[in-house]
Parts: sequence; structure tokens; C-alpha cells
Amino acid sequence: MISEEEQKTSKIPVWDLPDVPKGKLPPHLELQRTRVLCTFDAPTHTENIRYSGAYASMGVDNSLRLEDFRNNFKVEVIKLTEDDMEFDMIGIDAAIANAFRRILIAELPTMAIEKVFIANNTSVVQDEVLAHRLGLIPLKVDPRLFNYMSENDEPNERNTIVFKLHVRCERGSPRIKVKSNELKWLPNGSEFIRSTEKSTADSTSKTKTYTSFSCGQDSLPEFSDNPIAPKHDDIIIAKLGPGQEIELEAHAVKGMGKTHAKWSPVATAWYRMLPEVVLLQEIEDERAEELVKKCPVNVFDIEDIGKGRKRATVARPRSCTLCRECIRGDDWDKLVALRRVKDHFIFTIESTGALPPEVLFTEAVKILEDKCERVITELS
Amino acid sequence: MEHGSFQDQSQATFSLTDEDHTLANSLRYTLNQDPRVTFCGYSIPHPSDARVNIRVQTTVDPAREVLKDSCQDLMLICQHVRGTFDQAFTEFKSKKGLESMSIEP
Repeated sequence: MISEEEQKTSKIPVWDLPDVPKGKLPPHLELQRTRVLCTFDAPTHTENIRYSGAYASMGVDNSLRLEDFRNNFKVEVIKLTEDDMEFDMIGIDAAIANAFRRILIAELPTMAIEKVFIANNTSVVQDEVLAHRLGLIPLKVDPRLFNYMSENDEPNERNTIVFKLHVRCERGSPRIKVKSNELKWLPNGSEFIRSTEKSTADSTSKTKTYTSFSCGQDSLPEFSDNPIAPKHDDIIIAKLGPGQEIELEAHAVKGMGKTHAKWSPVATAWYRMLPEVVLLQEIEDERAEELVKKCPVNVFDIEDIGKGRKRATVARPRSCTLCRECIRGDDWDKLVALRRVKDHFIFTIESTGALPPEVLFTEAVKILEDKCERVITELS
Repeated sequence: MEHGSFQDQSQATFSLTDEDHTLANSLRYTLNQDPRVTFCGYSIPHPSDARVNIRVQTTVDPAREVLKDSCQDLMLICQHVRGTFDQAFTEFKSKKGLESMSIEP
């Protein structure tokens, strides 16, 4: 931590400066290395200094030592619900934190509806719009139990999930909403008969459908007591007027977010650096009250220091949005410093429901490991 | 795929297919932290090609070995992150489990 005395820059001849202990950076460089300074016009020192020899002249080794990393790295779970998770990741570089975020969004597989066979659609929603809407419905199913379907693969019980949707609004009845709970899982695969040229000739052979399941998915142990369904059953797919009907079959396959966002397992995943608010001088009485009033998110508090005097304190730095209201006007930036801690990430994952957020994160880390392994095997 | 010269093993460009900023930027970080590396950087020559070029120049060691070591470092980092995360998660879970239980005296 940098003390307040060191913050003040008064002019001293260079030979009067105290010797900097070897192996430690002088405070101003340490500040620039570990913090983003948010001044009122722009943030400064935003880049990370990564080069191993960056501080060689000061006798400071900036190279990666795994031992140090292991000692300093910390994870702290802040909030955890069924689908959301917030945790602090401390002591890691932005490059790696960002890699995790990118993998979470684009490279973790899920199942999503990819092919829609429409038998009848007399609703006002066009076929392609309907198919697109179906694709975006999150499905509650573990994608690790399925394989990818490549170009020439037959859809089978290990790469495809089939849903049926058949809704009809009777004449004379009021309009109805078609919701995602109408999507019925077909564990035995497609029910639509594939019409071929000689379909009438050989009635002995099994009728061919759009899938070739060798067994029902409900007989597989992982789905027998855990039927596949959309995550939410109140998503509106379409609205039907009297006499209108939709009959279709939807085939869900495994895919990745970089192909289409419907396969992204997170609603979003993001991180922010921890805000740090430092009072450079004591702020007392009227100025303290003014400061508390300035902040729209209530970062500051007032504490009594006796004899009827009051002093401002930083009570909730985490809620600071760095709006910089508190350093606006009349030299306030000399009293308050806004910074961000470069290696402290507040990571938030919002799962769409296929997998819980903590599993998503561990899977993301595993994917980065696999990528490294691929490079190593290719090089050796 | 490696593009380098036979005389000088200490500098090479590695062209990785099906990779992007995710891996390249992390590798650039670990490479930069390696004291043997004098220069490293990466580029994506064309946004439509799933390909990234990583340039590594070292003092003496073969660039390929240094890149391999960096991958190894990154893997070790990942393993540690995973272990720490799992530990923090189970800790949080057990703490929350205790809080939700009402302990009557």
C-alpha cells in the first residue's frame, strides 16, 4: 500500500532522494504497475507491464515464478445462486482472466435446436422466424453427454434431441399463446416418416424417419429419471388466432457459441477490476458532507471523530462505478484518488441453465488447458 | 506449424490453426514473462481465417522449446486456478449450508 506522504510530490534534488531498497520497486512505480489511475480526464497506466526484464535496472525480476503465483492467487466466492455466480479472482493477469471469459462465451458447448421440420404452420409467424425463435430457447441438458454431429453423421441418440410441438387454436376460442412447455421431448427420435421413392413397395422394412435412434433416450441411465426439457417453460414462441395451427419437430444438436450465440452457455460472463477509492487527505466537516452528497452510489460514509467533528471515510469501494463525480471541480482530485486494482477481478457468470455456473468455469479452464496441450503435442 | 530458419533456431513464427486471441494473448503473457525471450508477439493475419501467428525470438534457446515451456506454464496456471476455485467453491457451499441451518439453543 502506498502511504499518503509518498503521494505528495514535492521537489527534491535527485541526489537527496533516499536509496531504493534492491528487490523492491519505488512506490510510484509500484503504484503504476499495480493500479489503473482514474484521473478526471482519462484513465492512465492501463497497460500491464509483462516483460520479464522491465524492472531489471532496479534489481526487480518481473518474470513468471509459478511459486509466487501459487502463493498469491486467491478465489473468493461472493454470490452463488442456481444460475448466477459472482466471485473474486485475485492475483492473475488480465490476459488469462480474459481467456476464461472468451472461452465461457464462445467455446463451451451446449445443446440448442438447429433443425426444425415444419409440417404445418398457419400462424402469422413465418417458418424461418419461428425456427429462429426455437433455436434461442435454452435447453436444460448436460451437453457433455452428447457428441457433435458432423456433416455426414446420421442423427442418432448420442447426438440429437428431438422435440415435438403440436398446438392448435380451435375456431371460436380466444387466441392462445404457445409457450416453451409445449415442446415435448421425443426420446425415441423423430416421428415424421421420411418419404422416399419406393416407400410404398417394401412394407416389411422399418419405416424410415428423420432420425435413426438405436434405443430410446429415456432408457439411457442419465436421462431416465431426468427428462430433457427447455429450461424455462414460460417462453412465448408464438401466438395463435382461432383456426391456426403449428405442427413441427425440432432437432437439437451440440454446438459452440462461436458458431451461433444460441449455443453460448452463458447469458453473459464478464469481469471488472476492483475499484479502489483513496482519500489523500483528511476530509472533515462540511467538505465531508459535500463528498458524501457528491457520490451517486453512496461510496462514502461520515464518521464521528469526537468534539463534534466529522470525517469522511470510504465505506463501500466495491460499489464505485468510477463515474468520477467525486473528483470533479475545485481540486477535488487532490483529495480523492480513484483507482482500479489491476490483478483483482470481480468475475460474474450468468448461466442460461444447461450447466451450473461453477461447472461452466471449471470446464472453461479445462478447455484452455486442452488448447495448451494441443500446442505442446504439435510442437513435439 | 513452425516457420524458422535451420541455422538460427532461436527465432521462429508459429502458425496455429483454429486458435484466436484466447490462446495467443495468454501465451504472449507467459512468453513475455520468460527471461529467455527477447521478443514475442502475435497477429491474426486475416479475420476470416481461423489462424494466429505467434512470433518468438529468444536469446539462445530454441524458440520451439521456449514456446513449449510457456504452454506448460500456462497449463500449470490453469490447473492451479481450477484447484483454488474448487476449494473456494466448496468452502462457500459448506459455509452457506451452515448458515441456512437454524441452530436452536
